Amino acid sequence: MRLPTKEKWLWLVPLTIVVILWQFIAVYVVKDPSILPGFTAVIFSFYELRKYILPDILVSLLHFAIGMALAFAVAIPLAIAMGWFDTVFKAVDPIIELIRPIPPLAWVPLAIAWFHLTHYAAGFIIFIGAFFPILIASYTGFRDVPKVLVETGKVLGCIGNRKLIRYVAIPYALPSIATGTRVGMGVAWMCVVAAEMFSVSNYGLGFRIFARFFPMHQMDYVVAYMFILGLVALCIDRLFRHFVEDKLFKWKKGIVK
Amino acid sequence: MNHKLELQHITKTYITEEGEMSALEGINLEVKPAEFLCIIGPSGCGKTTLLRMVAGLEHPTSGKIILDGKEVICASPDRGMVFQEFSLFPWRTVLKNVEFGLEISGMKDKERQAIAEKYIALVGLDGFQNRYPYELSGGMKQRVAIARALATEPSILLMDEPFGSVDAQTRNLLQKELLEIWKRTKKTVLFVTHSVDEAVYLADRVAVMSARPGCLVKCLTVNIPRPRKRTSAEANEFREKLLMWLSLERSKACATL
Repeated sequence: MRLPTKEKWLWLVPLTIVVILWQFIAVYVVKDPSILPGFTAVIFSFYELRKYILPDILVSLLHFAIGMALAFAVAIPLAIAMGWFDTVFKAVDPIIELIRPIPPLAWVPLAIAWFHLTHYAAGFIIFIGAFFPILIASYTGFRDVPKVLVETGKVLGCIGNRKLIRYVAIPYALPSIATGTRVGMGVAWMCVVAAEMFSVSNYGLGFRIFARFFPMHQMDYVVAYMFILGLVALCIDRLFRHFVEDKLFKWKKGIVK
Repeated sequence: MNHKLELQHITKTYITEEGEMSALEGINLEVKPAEFLCIIGPSGCGKTTLLRMVAGLEHPTSGKIILDGKEVICASPDRGMVFQEFSLFPWRTVLKNVEFGLEISGMKDKERQAIAEKYIALVGLDGFQNRYPYELSGGMKQRVAIARALATEPSILLMDEPFGSVDAQTRNLLQKELLEIWKRTKKTVLFVTHSVDEAVYLADRVAVMSARPGCLVKCLTVNIPRPRKRTSAEANEFREKLLMWLSLERSKACATL
């Protein structure tokens, strides 16, 4: 949908108001940067922190990548088995539902005990966060394959589960897997901060906030990093939508839009 | 013995909570090569079940299905099937849908594309090769399904009320085109319908089924030369005969309720 130019820039108006209000309250009402840093102070922090920002983003992305890769490697095969074979679903689902409500943060002690203070400990927490959304959306996709498509596959020569899964079930479930991945990435990014709180490495956005800025009450730095956390997540999501959803699911247009 | 397809004493019983329920009882039927045979009957008479058994998607409780001298055990691409529901793979273009069976059989890219193009032209969809199913009308979807079923060069074409979900005008057109395709490919066609008009217009022979339990009550040869006029006196006469058999069966079925 193309908006007229006037509406296209409409969002700038409330944004400007919010920024001005924020600056005003911080400087003239609160008057304490350790409670509420002003907008200008935060912007200046970006300049002051320029040396750290890039390595911190990269290390956080590394933790994120470890967690996501592991979540994918475990969730997808399990989703296929659970979605395609009802016996597997009935056997495994109760265990999944038992573990799923445990908050990822509760796994931190075990993660550190198992992986010590390494990138893998952080990766493990992120894995826990991403795993369940990916698993559940994916097996739902596999369970929902219409019977008539499965039978069409059979009649056209897909003999046995392997071929049916490869040629019918996986293509059908791909959009569900993509949705699960998007949700999973969101949860995973939230876990990045928590996972890095425990100084698994001397870099990372979460590490910097908790182990460096917070003890020094550098709230302007904290807020600056909060913005970075939000922006990186936004970029990841946009890139995913651009490269995966838009390119891969042209055929879904009739259904979605 | 020059029968294309033989159904020998087919029975099907389902085990329900109230005990055994007989769905099909003692069906015997022979289909000649290149014959167009319609199976007609009230809903619930098991005509679709019978067709699905020939496809290998269901199994008779007793009895045998012999196609080209060999017993039918499971689904295979030597029996093309067109379903009542739209059954195109939504993630594949028209061309890729028609190629599906050939791709599964391991045929080379160029070869299968040439064959698919030929069948797409046969059903009158030249120029639509790269469209996705969501871009097609109901009638076009069923044409693609027919092309896809024919592409693997099956020995028999099975059709389960294929034009049940398209509008009346399109249905008439599709029936005419199907006869054209049938004449050109000389396929044996087994066509399930509940429409008397459709059976009279299409069939060489019509097999009339009754419900509860489903059994074959009468085989009528349609001795009307082609091309047939839907409103001719002969067609009307035959329609009346067919309706009489059907209503006879309906009253009998009601009496046993």
